Amino acid sequence: MSAASTAEQSTYQAETKFGRFTDFVDQRVGGSGMLKEFGRKVFPDHWSFMFGEVALYSFVILLMSGTFLTFFFDPSMAETHYQGSYSPLYNVEMSVAYNSSLNISFEVRGGLFMRQVHHWAALLFVASVSVHMLRVFFTGAFRKPRELNWVVGGVLLILAMAAGFTGYSLPDDLLSGNGLRIIDGVIKSIPVIGTWISFFLFGGEFPGTAIIGRLYVLHILLVPALILLMVVIHLFMVVVHKHTQYPGPGRNDRNVVGYPLGPVYAAKAGGFFFIVFGVIALMAGFFTINPIWNYGPYDPSPVSAGTQPDWYIGWVDGALRLMPGVIGAIGGYRQHFEFIIFDHTLTLNVLLPALVPAGLVFTVLFTYPWIERWITKDNREHHVLDRPRNAPTRTAIGVAGFVFYCVMWAAASSDLIATHFKVSLNDVTYWLRALFFIGPIIGFIVAKRVALALQRKDREIALHGRETGRIVRLPHGEFIEVHEPLNEYKRYRLVAFESPKALPAEPNAQGVVDRKERRRAKFSKWFFEDRVAPVTPAELESAHAHGHHGEVESGEETKSLSH
Amino acid sequence: MGNHSDGSSTGSGTVATAGQHDEGTFQDPGIPPHRPRLADKDPKAAKRAERQVAILFIVSVIGTLVFLVAYFAIDLTNKSTTRDISLQNMLLGIGTAFAMLGIGTGIVHWAKTLMPDHEVSEERHELRSEEDRQAAVAIADTIIEESGIKRRPLIRNTLLGAVALAPLPALAVFGDLGPRPDDKLAHTMWAPKDGKLKRLTRDPDGTPIKASDVTIGSAFHVIPEGLNELEHGKLNEKAKAVVLLMRLNPDELHPSPGRENWAYNGIVAYSKICTHVGCPVALYEQQTHHLLCPCHQSTFDLTHECEVIFGPASRPLPQLPITVDEEGYLVATSDFHEPVGPSYWERDEHERRLNS
Amino acid sequence: MKALSLKRRHPLAAIALLLLGLLFTGGLYAAASTANQAKAETQSYSSSDAAEGKKLFVANCSTCHGMGAAGTKDGPSLVGVGAAAVDFQVGTGRMPMQMNGPQAQIKPKQFNEEQTRQLAAYVASLAPGPTVPEAHILDEQGDAAKGGELFRVNCAMCHNAAAAGGALTRGKFAPTLHGVESKHIYEAMVTGPQNMPVFSDANISPEGKRDIITFLKTIEKNPSPGGADLGALGPVSEGLFVWTAGLAVIIGFTIWLTSRSS
Repeated sequence: MSAASTAEQSTYQAETKFGRFTDFVDQRVGGSGMLKEFGRKVFPDHWSFMFGEVALYSFVILLMSGTFLTFFFDPSMAETHYQGSYSPLYNVEMSVAYNSSLNISFEVRGGLFMRQVHHWAALLFVASVSVHMLRVFFTGAFRKPRELNWVVGGVLLILAMAAGFTGYSLPDDLLSGNGLRIIDGVIKSIPVIGTWISFFLFGGEFPGTAIIGRLYVLHILLVPALILLMVVIHLFMVVVHKHTQYPGPGRNDRNVVGYPLGPVYAAKAGGFFFIVFGVIALMAGFFTINPIWNYGPYDPSPVSAGTQPDWYIGWVDGALRLMPGVIGAIGGYRQHFEFIIFDHTLTLNVLLPALVPAGLVFTVLFTYPWIERWITKDNREHHVLDRPRNAPTRTAIGVAGFVFYCVMWAAASSDLIATHFKVSLNDVTYWLRALFFIGPIIGFIVAKRVALALQRKDREIALHGRETGRIVRLPHGEFIEVHEPLNEYKRYRLVAFESPKALPAEPNAQGVVDRKERRRAKFSKWFFEDRVAPVTPAELESAHAHGHHGEVESGEETKSLSH
Repeated sequence: MGNHSDGSSTGSGTVATAGQHDEGTFQDPGIPPHRPRLADKDPKAAKRAERQVAILFIVSVIGTLVFLVAYFAIDLTNKSTTRDISLQNMLLGIGTAFAMLGIGTGIVHWAKTLMPDHEVSEERHELRSEEDRQAAVAIADTIIEESGIKRRPLIRNTLLGAVALAPLPALAVFGDLGPRPDDKLAHTMWAPKDGKLKRLTRDPDGTPIKASDVTIGSAFHVIPEGLNELEHGKLNEKAKAVVLLMRLNPDELHPSPGRENWAYNGIVAYSKICTHVGCPVALYEQQTHHLLCPCHQSTFDLTHECEVIFGPASRPLPQLPITVDEEGYLVATSDFHEPVGPSYWERDEHERRLNS
Repeated sequence: MKALSLKRRHPLAAIALLLLGLLFTGGLYAAASTANQAKAETQSYSSSDAAEGKKLFVANCSTCHGMGAAGTKDGPSLVGVGAAAVDFQVGTGRMPMQMNGPQAQIKPKQFNEEQTRQLAAYVASLAPGPTVPEAHILDEQGDAAKGGELFRVNCAMCHNAAAAGGALTRGKFAPTLHGVESKHIYEAMVTGPQNMPVFSDANISPEGKRDIITFLKTIEKNPSPGGADLGALGPVSEGLFVWTAGLAVIIGFTIWLTSRSS
């Protein structure tokens, strides 16, 4: 009679009310398939994997607290006079935006708390994105198949900084207003189109009456939408690729070892959201952040000592501080860094620090997975991470980049360093100018040597066991320290890594070694020089057999003396 | 899809490598055996853990109550002091913190002590199998073939042209975001109006300044006469017109040719807008005669017409030529002879126009 | 009377007499010194003040400031700086300066109130100069909001918008104004110590200075509504706090969360 219908009648009858409800949804959405796929998905468990979660949860908290704030904040730059309860600002002329921020802080119950939750969460958001990025870099988690996710992450970092900058400029206070003034000055220095961009952005001359409203749209609509989109792509790829894992017993490139999503991982991850929220709430309840009532409304005339942007913009401000504008004493030869070229002004003393360090950092950041792939010719998939010590050159490169960033970051607080450590402001600048160049080099050398030393220490422990601190005197009078050999699980963790040799230049398909390949071979040599190889079973055997003089290894039951 | 084995070794575990020593590697011993926790072995410990989790959840409830009480019990009025606000802020923070941490630590403690903590291993599957790839390539070929775009280059080329140009209107509509810059940056409110010279007045109240008010060692923050009465664009004008007024011993000044009458009896006026990126230069060191900008520490020497002696600024601060009027009040003889503030591409051209 | 004289040989009589004597002399001294304080407020110094001040000056200050305070290569002339300058410098312990350096540092006062007054009297006697402020200026009843506006335009660039202090060039700095006595704030404004500009009454009127002092004392007395202010130094301390305390707490939780339960 009837041909088999495409949809088979389900023979399942739910028994409880909850069961009937789930069954209803399931038959229309196909949740069973998702539960089957994801319900017991395995996630590895390590505390250093949680920074991405901190970032995600901070973002959620930003969305929630931000929504509250949008109900009370007014981004208009029209002129008004303060009539609220904070007496040191009574009747002072200010913009409606600043007035509404004061209103939130002093008149709205929980308003100040929400502002502080929002701002602390913002600082934590960018900080956790940065720490997460560093963790991914130092463990080599950006390698195939995760290069694209690394790029998405880099974009997220930039978007997070943009969200923060547009956000803290919204109250139109003296501190952030001077920040906008600085940005306007940088924009004006751009050749050819600088003044046009400045006038377009501010709707005319600085400060104008448009900028806060425009930043508001960027801050509550465009940037969060982009962040959400990038986060979805980012997490989707994590699900597809599955999470990486540290080397260890039972772990290899073809599996994931950890806990199932439900219930353990979901419980921990879900609980962690509440923990992050709680920590942010503690900060917001006890520590003042962005006390706009102290700064006063933005006015082009006053300025506060200690004018700095929020920490994540600090490195750009620091670069601006470090660049000299003119070198040479008055009366002698002076080398300016602002040039007149064909009757036009090229303000390199502003352009160089604004564009070059940031450009350099982000270029290397985004292209690093491909750079390393080119040098190492390693096109395999990697799902087991590198302990940072086992990739000494990569770790050193990361440290060099981080030091470069930190020197500029420190330069942004040069005046506070001067007052707190009672040194001359000018000396701080001179030192940081020097460190700008030699800091990364020193960082590279130190980090590489430390990594190699740690690798050698690992070898020692793998071969000879853990130093127990127990001293034993042998019958003939010699003192030796007892070493406890590692069990096979601990030992595996120390030896389960690759230590590739440098790859010499190989001829290409035409049988020719071209210049690019020769250059790659040079880089490969530099990348892998001083390599420390993992302990092999043969080495362990000989260590046991010969028994290095002066060491005693304690067995599980008896102490055996070897000589 | 996933293999939910619980702990057995999945194989030799050696990783295929390139260029590795061939001296052999250690065998993967597999996932370490599960060590039971206290709560696994001892039912009393499990009960204790359960109670601890429950207590944490109850702490959360208390936190929520603290928040609600603090919110409704403290009202913020015109008479509220910062102490009232900080008390409420702290209580809201404590309430939220306990409410959240209670739930969070409760759930995590539950997972750690009571939920199974057996590590399991799941196979990773290939991201892309060879048969998927071939099928995808075949489908892609079919799609392209059926669209006909390869066989019809006319369609393809005109499509590309149309699609490339179509977004341009979306950019063009932003043309009214702001006016053209022209030479607005080169003119300030100090320019005499209808032949009348502008008086120097105190910032922020706008009272005019007599030359006799300015003593050696003092620093006046100055705005042009009429600024406070502006209906529109007050901050825009202020952002170009703010000036610092100081007095030195006349023989400490070394005016360059043409600027001899820009000072009045050792009283000098300079633009307060830093020529680096625009912060107010503000700090006057009375004894060293240095002006310091707090943003990036550009330092200007007042005895050498505010030449830069340290920091990222390159240009000296523009000087405002001043004199006194019949009543002894300081006035600006003209607008600045160069654009104030940060340099920009057209600056040099504007400066020449001002001086022509 | 007879009863009292009968008790004159009572064993406690000596003690009673001692107590009476102490009360008498103590009371006299108190009365005398308050009278002196009143004198300081009305800013009239007696010639004995100036004479005593000269002795103190010759012994402690003339090495750098010269005999007759005319100045040497180590210290500027003090002729015309006024009592206000002395009251400020000596009253905050800056003077006598411990050693030559970019800036005189605050340190424990070397002279007490009376000696400070005497030194001030001596310097004031050399030439007219700024005087110690009247009580009305220091009553903290001015307009804090106007004072705040004046403060932000004239003072915040060195002392920071929350008066927490800031850096100047080559090792100099503008100190925090928290905990500084109102009269010292006034005196610093009117005399312009070291590299601080001089804010004469023609620049900031006495009413303006009163407003500024009112503003400073208002923000000093009212704690930040958001909680601990982390030094009121702005985003640097906030960023440092998040990276140290904030991340430390978070990392602590993550380590606890991922560690094996016992």
